[in-house]
Formats: sequence, structure tokens, C-alpha cells
Amino acid sequence: MKITLNVWRQSSPEAAGSFVKYDVDGVSADMSMLEMLDVLNDRLESKGEAPIAFDHDCREGICGSCGFMINGVAHGPEKEITVCQTHMRSFKDGDELTLEPWRAMAFPVMRDLMVDRSAFDRIIQAGGYVSVRTGSAPEANATPVMKEHADMAFEAAACIGCGACVAACPNAAAMLFTSAKVSHLGLLPQGEPERDKRAIDMVAQMDKEGFGHCSNHGECEAVCPKGISVNFIARMNRDLLKATLRSSR
Amino acid sequence: MTLDGKCPSGPIETAWDRHRFNMKLVNPSNRRKYNVLVVGTGLAGAACAATLGELGFNVQAFCYQDSARRAHSIAAQGGINAAKNYQNDGDSVHRLFYDTVKGGDYRSRERNVHRLAQISVNIIDQAVAQGVPFAREYGGLLDNRSFGGAQVARTFYARGQTGQQLLLGAYSALSRQVHAGTVKLHTRTEMLDLVVIDGRARGIITRNLATGELESWVGDAVVLATGGYGNVFFLSTNAMGCNVTATYKAYKKGALFANPCYTQIHPTCIPVSGGYQSKLTLMSESLRNDGRVWVPKSAADATKDPSTLPEDQRDYYLERRYPSFGNLVPRDVASRNAKTVCDEGRGVGHEVDGQRRAVYLDFRDAIQRVGKSTIEARYGNLFHMYTKITGENPYESPMRIYPAIHYTMGGLWVDYNLMSNIEGLFVLGEANFSDHGANRLGASALMQGLADGYFVAPPTISDYLARVGWGSTVTAEHEGFKAAKGEANERIQKLLSIKGKRPVDSFHRELGNVMWDKCGMSRTKEGLEEALKRIPEIRAEFWENVNVPGENKGVNQSLERAGRVADFLEFGELMCLDALERAESCGGHFREESQTEDGEALRDDVNYCHTAAWEFKGVETAPTLHKEALTFDYVKLTQRSYK
Repeated sequence: MKITLNVWRQSSPEAAGSFVKYDVDGVSADMSMLEMLDVLNDRLESKGEAPIAFDHDCREGICGSCGFMINGVAHGPEKEITVCQTHMRSFKDGDELTLEPWRAMAFPVMRDLMVDRSAFDRIIQAGGYVSVRTGSAPEANATPVMKEHADMAFEAAACIGCGACVAACPNAAAMLFTSAKVSHLGLLPQGEPERDKRAIDMVAQMDKEGFGHCSNHGECEAVCPKGISVNFIARMNRDLLKATLRSSR
Repeated sequence: MTLDGKCPSGPIETAWDRHRFNMKLVNPSNRRKYNVLVVGTGLAGAACAATLGELGFNVQAFCYQDSARRAHSIAAQGGINAAKNYQNDGDSVHRLFYDTVKGGDYRSRERNVHRLAQISVNIIDQAVAQGVPFAREYGGLLDNRSFGGAQVARTFYARGQTGQQLLLGAYSALSRQVHAGTVKLHTRTEMLDLVVIDGRARGIITRNLATGELESWVGDAVVLATGGYGNVFFLSTNAMGCNVTATYKAYKKGALFANPCYTQIHPTCIPVSGGYQSKLTLMSESLRNDGRVWVPKSAADATKDPSTLPEDQRDYYLERRYPSFGNLVPRDVASRNAKTVCDEGRGVGHEVDGQRRAVYLDFRDAIQRVGKSTIEARYGNLFHMYTKITGENPYESPMRIYPAIHYTMGGLWVDYNLMSNIEGLFVLGEANFSDHGANRLGASALMQGLADGYFVAPPTISDYLARVGWGSTVTAEHEGFKAAKGEANERIQKLLSIKGKRPVDSFHRELGNVMWDKCGMSRTKEGLEEALKRIPEIRAEFWENVNVPGENKGVNQSLERAGRVADFLEFGELMCLDALERAESCGGHFREESQTEDGEALRDDVNYCHTAAWEFKGVETAPTLHKEALTFDYVKLTQRSYK
């Protein structure tokens, strides 16, 4: 197959970026999107040109490193997968694809398709944990957990922190990301003692980072590679409301 | 050099407790006076950094990824073993210890393994308290499954994402300490060298991957939790960024590298589809519970549609050769047999470089026996993943699988305290060699990483710090730091100045092909000698003809890869040398010269019941071999048999 790419090239955080056109021929349907970029980058490197920078690591859809827009859709056209698992058989010979980094004020572009997502780390640092010292844990089976709650907590905990939810949201909100962690821990008895404080602190940090707010578009769920439900946002809003009322009492 | 494992003597059951009592403690008010550098934020690194932070030490943690949450521990699927005996099926600390020593083909230290089995139960308690959502039964208690042929159900799991959930648990503990100010986290930061002053590890040199800046970090102890070296093969199930640089640089500074030839091959991965392939994807080996492995009897049928081949034209070679274990033979046996039938020209699937390297894993009979819906319930997510990657439907046509490099048991030599032969250099998780011998059992990697990080290293590091005291006068201005930083900079400038004709990856692929052919699933004296001749040639061409575009300013991913490949090009030679020296077969190391009449791995306990630890003597000079004898007081050495 022959694919034409319009790729966002930006040499540094300060530099102005622009789209650059590349024709890539000899593309196999069995290649992943990132392997196609590897082939292009090998050609660029052989000519002494700077390869296209993009974050990636595990290439099996679990580390959350990779992600960019393909024709305006975060992680591309296939449902519930990341760009590293998107294969070229999803496209056809002669297709023209526009590749662009996540666009959000809280995710500044570092180079080409690579953005700085450290804001997510700071949201977790604000309260995305159970305060339990190593060695102080009780016997694991001492606290039974309803299977339904454990399963739902797992659904929320499956978040890979890739940032697609922010990129897809018209408000660049990080509500799906934040609510996934608030819900995961809030659903478990282990997370109950800090439930109020966690919701308040994580949402405060989210606001501080410059993410927008949810206005119920649902774009985040539609592009989430792990299919995390927007119901968790509603759940976080309830937790936050209750926590705010309790804390002001 | 005499290698002293410093294992406590006396009864094995109480060895760790007695050892802990004998260790020195640092007074709580003095802990903040010590700086500890932790490199790597996977299970071992994140757990260790968080725990040291909780104790009150000053910790600097480093990772090359953009977030600590992305380390490759995250990709582990199956589960984590622990001797809880929740299933009442006869498990115990002693049984887990016994199984691990036997599974490692009697090439690990008994006392280290026993400690691991003991600690396994604390790990589950800790993870559950952190909120790790393990699978549960309807009664609300934790569920277990049997894994990797174990006769007891001791594996805890969180669907097929156990590594992810455990890593996110460790990452949350780490994040809590970052918030508390005890841990300072440096992401997108890669270690380029270790600084050793007066025989003690005193710091590291790093490169900031966002700016290119080189920095010196001074510490009272250095912890390497930087994972394995599977990417020396180019294609592996490792993440793209996994590399040997940190441990290899420590080796060049005097740390011994132990058993580098011990690598584990996983039999059920999705095969290579073309020359552009960048990595291999693992499929859980639970698939072999229902799938039947076969190839055509005749090489002429290799390209035919498998569904048209009648029963008598198929060779179910595992069932034929191993009637009692059949398709469930251990990983190494299943892998070698796949290679054998493909070498005979009976491999199937895509032709890459003139060879078909895949075998069928067929669910037709299982679907007929239990129905499609049952198979879907058991393996639906795996079938979905297979379809996404290959575009084929395994409910209708058989899957194609082939073995791939998955884990490396070798690593830096450490004593019972997880300290290398360099004072103050601690090595944790897959980066050390200590617990898995020549072969790692399924669901044991997560166990070891977390045991090292949460429970073993924090007290042993405290003991070391208490003994050396605080208030050292070493600063980043010390000659040792200046020299190491200068060398790192010189190397970067050299890589950037070559401007040859070949991209970095082409050298990595070439090295990987040699390693896979000559030092992969089966190894021979002739093949290894050939590799030892070929690798220096590739290395020489690399340093003359590689093209690393750009400069050392801002993000330069070509430069990052070039530095890692340069180290693999030296390390590959060490691996082949170790494989050549060990003329026996054991665990994942199969020497064709050493096999039983049935073609099974044959150990030589008279000559090779030792750990081989190599000392660096120069890039073009042969390293010196040191041996640590292995003694077995509690487990009897036997020959494995799966007939």
C-alpha cells in the first residue's frame, strides 16, 4: 500500500510547528501504525534527517506511552485500542492520514507528536493512593470485598493514563482519568477512610493543572482504549459533592 | 576474587529472621541525612523507593519513561504466586521454595529462594491494602488459579492485567512519597554511568531525555532496578525502551555480571510477519490448556489452508513425543520442539527471509468438545487481541504461534543482601541474577520484583548505611564524577559525529539475528564461536557507519537508541561467551552437545553446579570468570522428565 501522511513537525516546545507531507510506499497491512512510522523514520535517518518523535514503549497497549490523533480521532479509527495496536489493514491503499499530537493546554507539545503529560502524575500525587506503609498491611483475606465492587473497581483501575480522554474532550477535561482513580479506590473498603479527602484533593489539582470541566459530550469514553465508562465521572461528582458538604460542616 | 554470598547459616526456615535481627538500624532522626539513588520505577524500583521514603530516607528516583507508571512490569499478564494456601490444596512456604528451586533447574541459591517464598505472603497483604483489585470469589475472598503447570492453585491475578495492577499499586505508594517530599522523581531521565569512588558506589551520571543535559547525582547508596536485557535479541516481548545500559555500565565499573546466558523463551507468541517487525506480542500460555499444537507432516503442505489438511496429514508433535504432558510440557520444551519442526521446513505462515517460522495452535477440537461460547468465555480477550494483530479469526482457522524471548534470569551478581560486589550498589528485580536459577516459573517475576523492593532491600540498605555512616565529603565536583561525565559526553559527541549511512535500528536488527540464531533456543559450540567472531565486526561497522541525526539538545530519540544499541553490541558478546563456557544444558540454556537420548536438556552437576560471574577487563579483552559454588541442603537434585 501507499499511504500519504501529514505529520505535525515541531522541533522544540518553543518552536512553531507545521504539517509536513510524507509519502510512504511499500506499507504492509500487517504493520502496526508505529511500525509504519519506524519504516519512515529509518528512511529519514538514513538521509540524516530528524526522525518523527513519538512516545511509545510496550507496543501492546498497556503502558499508555503512545497516542496521537489520526485524522482528528485520538488513537485512530478502531475502537478500544491504542495507536500501537492499530494496524495498517484499518486503512486502504492511497489513504491520506493526518497525524497530530494531543492538543490541550495542560499537555504542552515537546516535539512532533510527543507531549508532556506530567500533569497526570501530579493529579495522582495529590491523593490517588491508600495511605498504607509497607509492612503495616492486615491479612489479605481479613476484609472481604463484594465481588461486584471488586469487579467495578477493576474496570476503573484499568486506565492506562494515555491522555486520549483529554485530547478528545472539547474542554480538554481530565475528568475521566481523575474519576477512574477516585472510583477505583472509593469502591474498595481499603480506600474508604480517605475517600472524601481524595476526591477533593485530586479535583483541586486537576483544576490547578488547567484541565477543563466535563460538559457531557462523552467523547472521552468513545476514544478510551480501555473502554472506561463516563459513569465514573458521575460517581466522582457525587463523591465530590458529598465530600464538600461534609468538609464544610 | 572469592565470591561470598553472605548467606546466614543455620536452619533455612529462620535464616531471614535471624539475619534481620543481626542487621544494623539507622536512628529515625538520622535517616534524612542519607541520600539513596534508585534507578528504574518498575515493581522493584518503585516499591523500594516508596518504602525507603516511608522510612524517612532521602530518595531520588529515576526512569527513562515519561511517567513512573509505564515501566514494563505493567505488561505482565498471568499473575503473582504466593504461598497463602487459601485453597487448602497443600501449598506451603516450603513447597513454593521447592518448586522454585526445581523449576530453576537447580541453578539458584537455596537461601535466597526460601526467603522469597516466605515473603510472598506479605506481598499479597500489602497489595490488597493498597487497593489492588485482585480477582475475588462471590464470598468476597481472594480467588486463585493454577498457573504454568503448578499442582497447587497459588496464583493471585487481576484478569490478564496483574502486572499493571501491581505496578499501579507500587506507583501509588511512590506518588504518595513524592507528595510527602521524601522521594524526588526524575522522569525522562536515563542513567548513563555509575560512579565508584574508593570502592563504593557513590553516584550516577544521567542524561535528561527532554533537554539532553548531563547531570551528576551523589548518593550514599545506588539501587539499580532497571530490568532485563531481552532486547539484545532486537525482537522480544520487552518494551521498546528496555535496555542493558545501566547494568552493563555498572559491569564496566567492576560489578560482576552473573549467568548472562540464562534467557527464557516463551512458547506462545504471535509470529513475525515481516522484516519491519518491531516487537513480539505474548499470548498467555493458558491457551495450551485447550489448543492443540501441530504442523503438517509434509513440508509440501506448509502453504496449504490448514482446514483442508486431513487428520492423517497433521503432526501433533507434542502429543506424539510427550504422551503424558502433551501440549502442556514446560515452556522450554515446547519452544525447542517448535524450532525443530520449523528447521525441518514444516513451519507455516508468512515467509520472512526465506523461512516460515510458526506452528498451529488449533482450537477446532476444543470448540467441538465444549462449544464456542465456553472457549470464548475462557480466552475471549486473547482471541480478540490475536484478531486485532493478525486480522484472522482463531475460532475458524487455527492460530499461528512461535516462541519469543520473554525474560532474562541472568543479571548483576548480588549477595544475600542484594548488594553487588561493589559496596553500596544494590541490584533488584530482573536486573539481578538471584532467585530464578536457569529458568523462571510462571507468575514468579512479579513476586520477586516486589519481594526485593518492599521487603528485602529496605532493611539491607539501612544496614549498609548504618555501617558506613553519614557526612561524606564526596560531591559532584569530585574527580570521579567529572571523569564519568566527561566520558559520557565524549561518547555522545562521537555517536553524533559519525554521520554514516545506516540507521541505528539496522545494527540492532543485525545483532538480534545473530543472537537469535546462535544464542537463542538452542546453542552449539560452533554457532557460539561464529557469533563471537561476528559481533565485534558488527560493532566495528556501527562505530564507523551509523547515522545518528541531530544534536545533543532537546529530544533526540535516535541518540537514545544509539547509546543503548552500542551497549548491546558489547553485551551480546558476553552472553555468547557465557553460553559457550557453560557446556551443559540447564533450564532455558540448551546446549545441543548436552542432551539425553530423547533430546532433553542434560545437566552436568559435576562441572557446572555453580553461578558464573564475569569480571570486565576491557572491550577487546576477554573477561575473567569467577565461580560461586551452589550447594543444596534442602532440595535433592534430579533430572526433569515430561515423558
